[in-house]
Amino acid sequence: MEGVLHQIISGIATGSIYASISLALVMIFLATHQINFAQGEMAMFSTYVALTLIQAGVPYWGAFVLTLVFSFIAGMVLQRTLLEPLARAPVLASVGAFLGLLLIFNNIAGWIFTYTLQPFPTPFGAGAPILGGMLSRHELGSTAVTLVVLTAVWAFFRFTRLGLALRGAAYNPVSSRLVGIPVARMLSLGWGLAAAIGAIAGMMVAPIVFLDPNMMAGVLLYAFAGALLGGITSPLGAVVGGVLMGVIENIAGAYIVGTELKLTTALVIIVVVLVFKPSGLFGKTLANRV
Amino acid sequence: MVDPVASTPIQGGPILEAKGLHAAYGQVRVLHGIDFVVNTGGVTALLGANGAGKTTTLRAICGMVRSTGDLMYDGKRINNLPTEAIAAMRVGHVPDGRGTFMELSVEENLRLGGYTRKDSIEPDLERMFTYFPKLKDRFRQQAGTLSGGEQQMLAIARALMIKPRLLLLDEPSFGLAPLIVREIFGIMKQIIATERTSILLVEQNASLALSVADMAYLLETGKIVMSGPAAEIRQDESVRRAYLGY
Repeated sequence: MEGVLHQIISGIATGSIYASISLALVMIFLATHQINFAQGEMAMFSTYVALTLIQAGVPYWGAFVLTLVFSFIAGMVLQRTLLEPLARAPVLASVGAFLGLLLIFNNIAGWIFTYTLQPFPTPFGAGAPILGGMLSRHELGSTAVTLVVLTAVWAFFRFTRLGLALRGAAYNPVSSRLVGIPVARMLSLGWGLAAAIGAIAGMMVAPIVFLDPNMMAGVLLYAFAGALLGGITSPLGAVVGGVLMGVIENIAGAYIVGTELKLTTALVIIVVVLVFKPSGLFGKTLANRV
Repeated sequence: MVDPVASTPIQGGPILEAKGLHAAYGQVRVLHGIDFVVNTGGVTALLGANGAGKTTTLRAICGMVRSTGDLMYDGKRINNLPTEAIAAMRVGHVPDGRGTFMELSVEENLRLGGYTRKDSIEPDLERMFTYFPKLKDRFRQQAGTLSGGEQQMLAIARALMIKPRLLLLDEPSFGLAPLIVREIFGIMKQIIATERTSILLVEQNASLALSVADMAYLLETGKIVMSGPAAEIRQDESVRRAYLGY
């Protein structure tokens, strides 16, 4: 029993990291009806930027903030230069472009930073595990950071004028322009935000899995499964789904399929959700936009 | 017979003036050089059958379809400006299909309507409830769950939140039961009497539109075929036969 509880609690910790990436995927999907398969690699690249800053002597939280700023701007620039022309492209073309982007980020990171695994520091200390040995300090700290970020993002969308405009632009671009919302700028902003949220996830997961250019491959898969499980049209669903995936991963790894096969549970969940309940737990049934 | 090139009655000078306005969707030309005027504080009706180019005219004004010729708003040429820039000049638009933000609440729809405003929009939210008490009851409800008539009211209220100097209305009667249409036009008369906004009203329902308009233009396949004071158009034999049905 103790063991199951341990698996669940540490699953929530990694799940909250997946939840951030799930949320970033859903944000982009709501605004553009596209899945940004490069979301994970963007986060990995941001994490390398953070590591470079830390190695250059910038204190951890300073590097953290600078990385967020860098990721936010890079996300906006990426949207403006590469993705705006794809807005009206057929689905296959945009899927191809996103996969291409994934490979480009992966290869550039490998080229600049090499493929060697590198340790990434945690700001929460390496002291003894807490909660009766169930949670490392880093797991507790990263869960707290993720919760703060997700709450802040929620409050931004729910209570600010700009957040409302972003939602309006995502749901109904034509009506948004008619009330004076610069929709193109809102899209860039959304990309910037998603990139920054991804960067936080990258910096939080790196101390656990070590940093290398393929660090986010598994994370993206769990996050994508989480987003689908929660409902690809629901930000809340993305968060819940992401956390659930962390727990499912641990339980499946420990008791059902074993650690070697646990990544397949993500794939199984993707297939099951798409076949039996494409709208996910919280999402709305998708209809074609007219 | 009304003179097709009628002189415009004096109201307060034109707030919107189209001269030789052409518009096209790619290769398909829809407007072939039309002229019309909306006077400050006046209500101009643009009448015509399906496909005459009424909605296209409104889309040209708000920059959603490319146009040539002149569109003068408040003395400035506004052809092909970005849609959001035109909205920021306080042009309110009640679009074809109502343009509801379905996923958002009624309140959020209205707040988005006031997006360009720098001043407080709270008093105007209250004012919208005096026109549309039904919206007050549904304030927190998801807008997609409203009935067609309520969504039309929401669309008008949303456009009024921008404090429009010019209000564009695209077929507010479309797809609604006659009783609801009468209710909405009743409220519109109230709005026309209280707000000092100029209105361009596009309608298939000519008798309804002529009951609130002071100027009217008749559009047929992208050309203005008749224009004049609404009262005169209403009396015209051919208009009565073709559009009013008596």
